[in-house]
Amino acid sequence: MRSVIARRLIAPLILVPAFFIAFAGCTGNCSRQERDREFTVELPGDSPRDAERVRQIFYSLPSPVETALILKSSGAVFDEDLLNPVENVSRYITNRSMALNLGIYTTNLSYASLFDQAQICIDYLDASKRLADNLGIIDAVDNFTLERLEENISNQEVIMDIVSETFMNSSSFLQENNREPVAAMLLAGGWIEGLYLALNQVDEDDLEHNKLINIIIDKKLSLEIVMLLLRQNSHNEDVAGLIEEMGRIVAIYEKMEIKRSPVEVDRSGEDGVTVLRSSTDARIDRQVFTELKLTVTDIRNSFVS
Amino acid sequence: MMRHLPVFLLLAAALFAGVPDKADGQCKGFARRICRLDLEHYIHDGNYHAAILTEGEEAELYKTFYADQDYRIAICGSDLMADIQFRVMDIQRNVLYDNSDNDYKGTWDFRLESSQQLMIWLRVPSPNPGEEPESGCVAILFGLSGR
Repeated sequence: MRSVIARRLIAPLILVPAFFIAFAGCTGNCSRQERDREFTVELPGDSPRDAERVRQIFYSLPSPVETALILKSSGAVFDEDLLNPVENVSRYITNRSMALNLGIYTTNLSYASLFDQAQICIDYLDASKRLADNLGIIDAVDNFTLERLEENISNQEVIMDIVSETFMNSSSFLQENNREPVAAMLLAGGWIEGLYLALNQVDEDDLEHNKLINIIIDKKLSLEIVMLLLRQNSHNEDVAGLIEEMGRIVAIYEKMEIKRSPVEVDRSGEDGVTVLRSSTDARIDRQVFTELKLTVTDIRNSFVS
Repeated sequence: MMRHLPVFLLLAAALFAGVPDKADGQCKGFARRICRLDLEHYIHDGNYHAAILTEGEEAELYKTFYADQDYRIAICGSDLMADIQFRVMDIQRNVLYDNSDNDYKGTWDFRLESSQQLMIWLRVPSPNPGEEPESGCVAILFGLSGR
């Protein structure tokens, strides 16, 4: 976004934009050309003429709020032992550890809020605020928000709104202040925590009948977008290291065969909600599941330690 | 002249760095105060996607949508950006929804039987011939029903 706006606002300063555009690179939002170099899915229909008009490409990852909602609707239960203890917060002093664990804590907060864990919500919002403050994120969580949480601690709707607002404040602040690598690590931390929570709630002896397995398989789709985001920020040393670690997960997902049927649009519903009908044929055998669980747990534990 | 070049570069750099942040900040406020209202009873997922676009320009967003979730897409632009067109497409670019068939309504509610990676494409209409194109914030937000 920055380079686009700059072209408009300071066009007369030809020398300076040229200098900055040359060094700006592609970050969270990027050009079609950058996208085409990275995106792995088939996108026919692109043309040079389109490229002139397309000013913004966004990649959207499941947020902590969405991750928690999906987990709950897939049958997950609350297990406090799976959370990253808030006592760990003082360990995180590097940008990398603070960003990853802000994503992890925000996901823990969302997860706890959906299961009416009032005190845990307060503790994790406080831990998230400490990390956001230490990352220099202004007003991610202000005192009014903490008071609002305490006053509405039994109101799940308000709590989810606070979590959503906290996440939006953090990620938008980082994006708007040229700190996309930190924003990408925050998102990656939240992504891996969601997968960690799902993997650790599945009985390995009963893979066939657990709805969470579908979520774990579907994570392959968003993993592509995680990797795109990270690769766009690979000039950052911390992100480059993260790409290598996440590559271990990519390699395991490549062992899963997933077939998806074409999407059919059904507008016949009485509630005005369109249904996109399609089916997925996918299977995960026990060996691959165990390998994925061990790898994700290993990477996640390295983030929180 | 060359002696002053570093100063000139620094000043211009400050201008370059500062102005967009203010514009972006305004976009964030716009997304939060105005667009979020369009989600109504849906829970905002917390993701923030907003940019300043000029009439005639397009944007694309890629996202994985999960099975059995009720989603609302809300796309809104500042007052100068009337009738933003958006389409939802699958990864083969088959159009699943086009709001120009629905009076350019800014929201669309849907659910999926199985998870899919979808693309949201949007376009700000071009200005009338002879008119200067206007610029303004455009935001894309997602809500979930939490049912």
